[in-house]
Amino acid sequence: MALRNIMGKRVGIGLMGSRALSTATCDVESGSAKSINLYSAINQALHVALETDPRAFVFGEDVSFGGVFRCTTGLADRFGKARVFNTPLCEQGIVGFGIGLAAMGNRAIAEIQFADYIYPAFDQIVNEAAKFRYRSGNQFNCGGLTIRAPYGAVGHGGHYHSQSPEAFFCHVPGIKVVIPRSPRQAKGLLLSCIRDPNPVVFFEPKWLYRLAVEEVPEHDYMLPLSEAEVIRQGSDITLVGWGAQLSIMEQACIEAEKDGISCELIDLKTLIPWDKETVEASVRKTGRVLISHEAPVTGGFGAEISASIVECCFLRLEAPVARVCGLDTPFPLVFEPFYMPTKNKILDAIKATVNY
Amino acid sequence: MANWVRISSRSIGNHIRKRMNQGFIGSAVDINKSSGSSSALHGGRTVCDRNRRYLNSLPWNRATLFWFQRFKSTVAEKQQDSFLSSDTDDDQLSLDFPGGKVSYTSDMNFISESSQTRVPCYRVLDDDGELIKDTDFQQVSKEAAVKMYSKMVNLQIMDTIFYEAQRQGRISFYLTSAGEEAINIASAAALTEQDIILPQYREPGVLLWRGFTLQEFADQCFGNKADYGKGRQMPIHYGSKKHNFFTISSPIATQLPQAAGIAYSLKMDNKKACVVSYIGDGGTSEGDFHAGLNFAAVMEAPVIFFCRNNGWAISTNVWEQFRSDGIVVKGRAYGIRSIRVDGNDALAVYTAVSAAREMAVNEQRPILIEALTYRVGHHSTSDDSTKYRQSDEIVYWKNARNPVNRFRNWVQSNGWWSDQQETQLRSSVRKQLLEAIQVAEKTEKPPLSEMFTDVYDYPPPNLEEQEKHLRETISRHPADYPSDIPV
Repeated sequence: MALRNIMGKRVGIGLMGSRALSTATCDVESGSAKSINLYSAINQALHVALETDPRAFVFGEDVSFGGVFRCTTGLADRFGKARVFNTPLCEQGIVGFGIGLAAMGNRAIAEIQFADYIYPAFDQIVNEAAKFRYRSGNQFNCGGLTIRAPYGAVGHGGHYHSQSPEAFFCHVPGIKVVIPRSPRQAKGLLLSCIRDPNPVVFFEPKWLYRLAVEEVPEHDYMLPLSEAEVIRQGSDITLVGWGAQLSIMEQACIEAEKDGISCELIDLKTLIPWDKETVEASVRKTGRVLISHEAPVTGGFGAEISASIVECCFLRLEAPVARVCGLDTPFPLVFEPFYMPTKNKILDAIKATVNY
Repeated sequence: MANWVRISSRSIGNHIRKRMNQGFIGSAVDINKSSGSSSALHGGRTVCDRNRRYLNSLPWNRATLFWFQRFKSTVAEKQQDSFLSSDTDDDQLSLDFPGGKVSYTSDMNFISESSQTRVPCYRVLDDDGELIKDTDFQQVSKEAAVKMYSKMVNLQIMDTIFYEAQRQGRISFYLTSAGEEAINIASAAALTEQDIILPQYREPGVLLWRGFTLQEFADQCFGNKADYGKGRQMPIHYGSKKHNFFTISSPIATQLPQAAGIAYSLKMDNKKACVVSYIGDGGTSEGDFHAGLNFAAVMEAPVIFFCRNNGWAISTNVWEQFRSDGIVVKGRAYGIRSIRVDGNDALAVYTAVSAAREMAVNEQRPILIEALTYRVGHHSTSDDSTKYRQSDEIVYWKNARNPVNRFRNWVQSNGWWSDQQETQLRSSVRKQLLEAIQVAEKTEKPPLSEMFTDVYDYPPPNLEEQEKHLRETISRHPADYPSDIPV
């Protein structure tokens, strides 16, 4: 997978090579695969979803012509305006409408144009979607609802085109939160989310829409939810992350290797319900943990992972749990390079943790 | 004076005179002169006054005067365009904009904030329950009328007894639909069983109409193991899949955009059915009201938005809720056909909902119904409404404007009901209710395991772990926990 670092410079291939070390099981058959980018992988997943389920719908602002990130290209032409359509500019309406559609047994795939704009829908997501099944005693459910939103830093997004709001949603029992790291992951995970009988919020790292290119199988395949993946094996320290941040973390791992530090890198993939078992097994092996995410450090999901690890593995830990995250500021424009959890910040923290 | 003066024509002259009369153009000095003949002014003097007030508030400096000059020349240009038009009125010419053609006018007029008169309210029966002469309404058979009336009585008694049960500490909470029995029952009666209900929370009569038993109501209020909601929510949060009645949730208006989605699904499936979603006057202030109506209109979804305007949102009177003429006028803002009905007139409600349903289903469009009524009861058992409104107002509506009595008069005057039947019905329902409450009270609560199910389709590992841990805690400290919940 070809990547660029935050300054736009092309960096080494990482994740492609380490796929061989992946311990995850998936039902990706060996078939033909094509080298495509993230938005194309998402697009393929949506085509498959609509093709395989006549009750699947895709809707949101501007999805009809293909979407502002081209994720929905070709869907309206192929499946018609009744199934793929623009909605009025109203996130609470998009999600509320989606809940209603899903409650009738349809697969409602709602797009929120930027994760930064998801908040008007927060009431519908937290008070309605997440509780729909529980409060009705399982008479009703809106499991067919999937909400997709581009999230994360993009180099020039500033306050309102760069946010990572996953932590808000991780605090809500009843929904799932899933974040893919690459095109191949995205297609398989998105199809799983769409088909999962629970409402899911799927955050897509917009930074990787065009920049991440990977071999993606052309057929219909799914990757399991709530299963973390060890994408790089190591013995000295466990790193946990998700989404675009993983490629930054991987670069840090590669450099740490040069200093003789063996890093184990885990892609959480599903943030709730998260795969504590895989992370715990790794920590028992290494005795050290570092978590990294773009979202501000205070109250970020890294705090949940840290607290959980300390609870289960306190005596095994050789050092405090490290978090290398965004700062506690609104996402700044010109100061983005300073805000971001960079490779070197991670590398410094790896060394500090190992040398504790 | 600018060069436009040279282009003298009657039309221009007239136009300028208009403008000067409005006090809009001309020397700033004249600005306070009252307008003379302003025949072309729409809305009369008021518009002029308003403009003047606006103009007076402008800072008077050279920049402002320059602005006036600029306006003059813009006017002149337009006048030149229409120079050859024989009309003094520019309204014939139309402009193309996204959204379609619109005619333009050079008269600057604001649409008034309200009409001269309020939208009238459709009613069939007068306050005494007599049919108003020459009224349009949907005839109701004896069977239907007696059923409707009986259910209204059912609802009244159910409300009274459950309310008392809360006061006695037997259930934790209750809210009544007192005063809104006609809305509840008559609207339900006009629908079919395939129509899907998305309630707010003051519509249990719809469930009652559809056959939800008094026992089922009681079970939910007691949160016992027979409660379909498995004891998870407060009383009155009913839901019944078999009756196509979606489970009530406390947040206000959230059901409205969901109604649009559900209706869209019915549309996709070509079902001859619609969605009916209820909301109170207060709920129309929520963003979800706007979202729901707009989506339903754009998606051409068969939803009936039924607004129970009962005058109060807890202690907030409608004057503090909105400044529009109620809710009916808002329909047009979304391109939705709307009607205002007397919510205390069962026949009017029945007729309006029947007509609305037909339009919704046959034309695949949303409809807005505003039913005017009064919330006779307190907001809930947690409220004492005498703290914010007059007792005699409440008594007036409870007695003189009672929808149940009114419909009873009509039913009885048709010879379809008698005082004897009334007494029998009331005592029978009361007895059934007291029994249902006794049974519900004695019925076991749902087991502890039901706390952890249905959060997801299957409990994830963290919930399994938490349940295990909780059970260990319970065995160590059983006194901390209610004994009526099987562990």
